[in-house]
Amino acid sequence: MTQASTAVQVAGLRKAFRVAEREAGLRASVRSLVRRQYRDVLAVAGISFTVAAGEVVGFLGPNGAGKTTTLKMLSGLLFPTGGEVLVLGHLPSRREHAYLRRITLVMGNRNQLQWDIPALDSFEMSRAIYRIPSAEFRRIRDELVELLEIGDQVRKPVRTLSLGERMKAEVAGALLHRPEVLFLDEPTIGLDVTMQKRLRAFLAEYNRRYAATILLTSHYMADVEALCKRVVVIDAGAIRYDGGLRELSTRYTRQQTLTVAVGESAPDLSGYGEVLSTDGGRVSIRVAKAETSQVAARLLRDHAITDLTITDPPVEDVIEHLFAAGTPAP
Amino acid sequence: MTVPARRPPPLRRRRGPDRDRRLTGLPGFYLTVMRTAVAVQFQYRTANYAYMIGMVVEPVIYLVVWARVAGAQGGAVDGITAGKFAAYYIVWTLVRNMNIVFTPFGWEERIRQGRLSAMLVRPVHPIHYDLAYFAGWKVVVVLLWLPIAAVLTLIFRPTFDVSALEVLVFLVAIWGAYLIRSMLLWVLGMVTFWTTRVSALYDIYFTAELLLSGRLVPLALLPAWAVTVADVLPFKYSFGYPIEVLAGDLSTRELLTGLAAQAGWIAAGALLVAAVWRVGVRRYSAVGG
Repeated sequence: MTQASTAVQVAGLRKAFRVAEREAGLRASVRSLVRRQYRDVLAVAGISFTVAAGEVVGFLGPNGAGKTTTLKMLSGLLFPTGGEVLVLGHLPSRREHAYLRRITLVMGNRNQLQWDIPALDSFEMSRAIYRIPSAEFRRIRDELVELLEIGDQVRKPVRTLSLGERMKAEVAGALLHRPEVLFLDEPTIGLDVTMQKRLRAFLAEYNRRYAATILLTSHYMADVEALCKRVVVIDAGAIRYDGGLRELSTRYTRQQTLTVAVGESAPDLSGYGEVLSTDGGRVSIRVAKAETSQVAARLLRDHAITDLTITDPPVEDVIEHLFAAGTPAP
Repeated sequence: MTVPARRPPPLRRRRGPDRDRRLTGLPGFYLTVMRTAVAVQFQYRTANYAYMIGMVVEPVIYLVVWARVAGAQGGAVDGITAGKFAAYYIVWTLVRNMNIVFTPFGWEERIRQGRLSAMLVRPVHPIHYDLAYFAGWKVVVVLLWLPIAAVLTLIFRPTFDVSALEVLVFLVAIWGAYLIRSMLLWVLGMVTFWTTRVSALYDIYFTAELLLSGRLVPLALLPAWAVTVADVLPFKYSFGYPIEVLAGDLSTRELLTGLAAQAGWIAAGALLVAAVWRVGVRRYSAVGG
């Protein structure tokens, strides 16, 4: 079912887990020794999507939505309970070496680097594992080290690096074999803002330079906004939205914010909408999206407005609204 | 005051011929992992020596006890003299180090911390990593063992009567012992796929091994029925047999049948590892890591 330009094809993918359950306390603990109770949890409930080669797609959703489970099935770590997955023409669950050489999986809290030695030595191990010819290895390694600005860090034992430095070294190690598909689970988790920005810029450059396909999950909307034109929103194992990030805002934005500058002292504008803030002569008012132009016209007519801007709410708010509203998949 | 940004020096180039031209594929991987293991172990020289000293205490206690017993019984126990006991337990220290492999405790940690997941997305079977890593570690351990063996020799004056064939068989047998124990403990460790914890099972294994491998006492001193049991179990071939090769009086036939038995246990271990791994990974992939 694969096409030349399609990197990932997923059809009706499901994953159910059997989870042991018991109440808290000693009595329940003893009871569970004799009779253990299980519950089936459907982590991914029949999702379908495709990702074109070279595309960057962000997986969004609350904790436990099924994002990481999906990435694990795509990378071959988990056997699907049902449905079909093809990545680069391979069945990931077979974990063929030919497949594993073409992908990488970066999970924020799982490290591939040896703790006690410099990352450079761990990179050597990756060279051996992926059988990268020495000259090519040196070229890619030097390029990654330069792009990620970790020339000093890769010479120190990994245990002495900060979380951000370690994460960048992990990413470099995960890309030495120049994978065509990158599965990134929370790649910027725990990093400071500067480090997040650098990593994002690097991933964007990697995608541009090598036309790599990237699927990433992140709780930081800044990651998604910087890297992904397309997002897949998952909640309770089902896809709630699959499309452009900009269209997501357009489609699910119910309200907009009007900010007006009205001289030195702001009049009471609560009759026009919900006043969010008043800062000297600047007032922000939230209004229903359908009424934005009408309210703007009234404001311009009734007051001496020197400046007026209309903004959509942050994407986080749109997504929060999407989950809260239980909107069905389009 | 601002510190001017310093550009890191260019990364080091390896000198000499391109390693890839000499060794590729799995042998190349083994060599790289062994080098890594040596680098890691050299970071902890003091800890390594402390470990070695701790490891020597056990055989020295056995040795002192048996030397006293031999002295009390007119110089020998069942024909084993104090010098022979000394030879047995000095070789014991080397074989014990060859016996250090990836344990079920490591498996528990590997699965609990999700490290196995990272290994599963790499195009190489994790057992190759463990075999190569612990083999590399032996290089460091053997280097540290040499002075300890020299001191033990000076103190306890062992009696060795060794032929070239015995040395040759010993050099093969210690690696055979390493492979057998690696495979068996890998199989035991893989029980973690089902139980999450495996330490209790390891304790049972460890007790059986202690008694029936020649670790606690030379097998020649056990009752006949225990020797028969030990002969059909793998423990002896990962401990007592290699020691006997160098410190005992095995005939050429016994030397070679011992090697054949080791080969058999390695093959059986490899088959068992492959079978349990296949089912275990499927289970791991079903429940998540």
